[in-house]
Amino acid sequence: MSRVVRAGALSVRWEPRAAAVGVGLLAVGLAAAVFVVGTGDFPISAPEVVRALVGQGDQATTFIVTELRLPRAAVGLLAGLALGISGAIFQSMSRNPLGSPDLIGFTTGASTGALLQILVFGGGTLAIAAGSVAGAVGTAAAVYALSYRGGGVSGHRLVLIGVGAAAMLEAANSYLITRAELREAYEAAFWLTGSLNNRGWEHAAPLGWALAVLVPLALAYGRRLTMGELGDDAAQALGVPVQRSRAVLVAVGVGLTAVSATAVGPVPFVALVAPQLARRLTRRTGPHLMSAGLMGAALLSVGDLISLKLPVAVPVGVVTGALGGLYLVWLLAATGRKGTT
Amino acid sequence: MNRLVARDLTLAYEQRVVAEGLGVEVPDGSFTVIVGPNGCGKSTLLRALARLLKPREGAVFLDGEPILGQPAKQVARRVGLLPQQPVTPDGITVADLVARGRYPYQRLLRQWSREDERAVAAAMEAVGVTELADRVVDELSGGQRQRVWLALVLAQETPIMLLDEPTTFLDIAHQIEVLDLCSRLHEEGRTLVAVLHDLNHACRYATHLIAMRGGEIVAQGRPSDIVTAELVERVFGLPCRIIDCPETGTPLVVPADRRKALTAGML
Repeated sequence: MSRVVRAGALSVRWEPRAAAVGVGLLAVGLAAAVFVVGTGDFPISAPEVVRALVGQGDQATTFIVTELRLPRAAVGLLAGLALGISGAIFQSMSRNPLGSPDLIGFTTGASTGALLQILVFGGGTLAIAAGSVAGAVGTAAAVYALSYRGGGVSGHRLVLIGVGAAAMLEAANSYLITRAELREAYEAAFWLTGSLNNRGWEHAAPLGWALAVLVPLALAYGRRLTMGELGDDAAQALGVPVQRSRAVLVAVGVGLTAVSATAVGPVPFVALVAPQLARRLTRRTGPHLMSAGLMGAALLSVGDLISLKLPVAVPVGVVTGALGGLYLVWLLAATGRKGTT
Repeated sequence: MNRLVARDLTLAYEQRVVAEGLGVEVPDGSFTVIVGPNGCGKSTLLRALARLLKPREGAVFLDGEPILGQPAKQVARRVGLLPQQPVTPDGITVADLVARGRYPYQRLLRQWSREDERAVAAAMEAVGVTELADRVVDELSGGQRQRVWLALVLAQETPIMLLDEPTTFLDIAHQIEVLDLCSRLHEEGRTLVAVLHDLNHACRYATHLIAMRGGEIVAQGRPSDIVTAELVERVFGLPCRIIDCPETGTPLVVPADRRKALTAGML
């Protein structure tokens, strides 16, 4: 049930359950991040990590924590946030739990852009980042243009065309790797699994700045996204500029997908799973971007911690892929049983 | 002048022109019903009145100003629409769905005023779904669901309500229930414009009937003044007799029994 706080003509609605879930997810994400920072060749206990973070630690520990390992944890949290929110945006617009950016080609497009840089142009870190952003944006523009018909874009068409685009780009990615030299192919394959290894402030800072712009924009359009779920006609009749809102939301969603892919590679399934899990926990109908984002941050952070604690070195993308695959099977089996789509 | 007026509309989807030079005035305070055969442009006209479809030429005027030039939320406080196939979000409750009708009145820091609360409660009361407030809409019957959607449009508190085939997919009892409800909303002072398939329902409930064929208005006026056997034949191509409805006194269309003629012709 929602509560209302009123002051004069102003009123704000909030839901205690959603707020509690949000706080809980934030706590889980931050706790996992603390343990991620503590893990490595030189283990640091959680209290010591916290002490270093608040400026009470000794010099060596503080250096390891803030300069070497904190960026990794920050990238994990931020990229997870971006993935969760972008997943919620696209799933809501397509009215389909499978309509997430990792399944409708945007993430695959980011990979193609990155692979082209790694394998064909031999670009450095910055060029790879630019390549993946360009790949995601280019794919999204093509998918959006192809689904444009009669003055607008329907969510359903967006998903179908996106899935087609993803398949073609997947094929292109495989072809690029077969043509590569062994060392480059290794680098490319590593990028493709999605990893948080060797992330520094040069990765975390741009990601943080991008999210400082994109996340508030997404939240500001959240209400219109909710209204859009009533169908274009009803939403429009209620005063929502449907097509303009959709264009902004697509742009923001693609931006979030692109910057997260740039920072961690195409980590699979977080965008797909986070909004659905958040929705089940908050028991809300409609999209809730903030809880989806916090769920994404918690998932990626915990996934990273698991990948660090496993006896063999495993990139975080493999962990989220394995967990997400299980979820996907469960989702399809559950909807199959209900006899609905 | 009437509040909702269309002038010289050319309406088209992509390449297909549905209507040209179409002019309509919705009389204030009327229950206007638009009828006509499939594809005559009646739903298209309603979409244009609801500013869901941009006319290729001409314009729809609301309170004397072109409707497309006015801020969307301000229009949405004066004209409401029940779409033909509204989409009910998964798992949404009746109260939550009806509450979304308040969107035109809400802002970032005015998310749920006492006014919103009152309007939603009144709307649910008016269509008799107050007891269903916490039920999930997907689990309701077709008739109940249609009443919930009507409540959403009512919560919008617009003086003008547009209804696109509000009785499709309902059985006869629920069709009458929904139309009786519409009639009551009209008597309370709202202007209603509905597209209906059933000519007899149209005659029974409309105070102003618009008969369309091939993108043109063939006749308009009070049903008892304009509905004749010739008109029905001209609009729908259906030979019929018109009698007075024994229940309401409005025109009742009884299709001619052509089976006899067919059998006779074959002999």
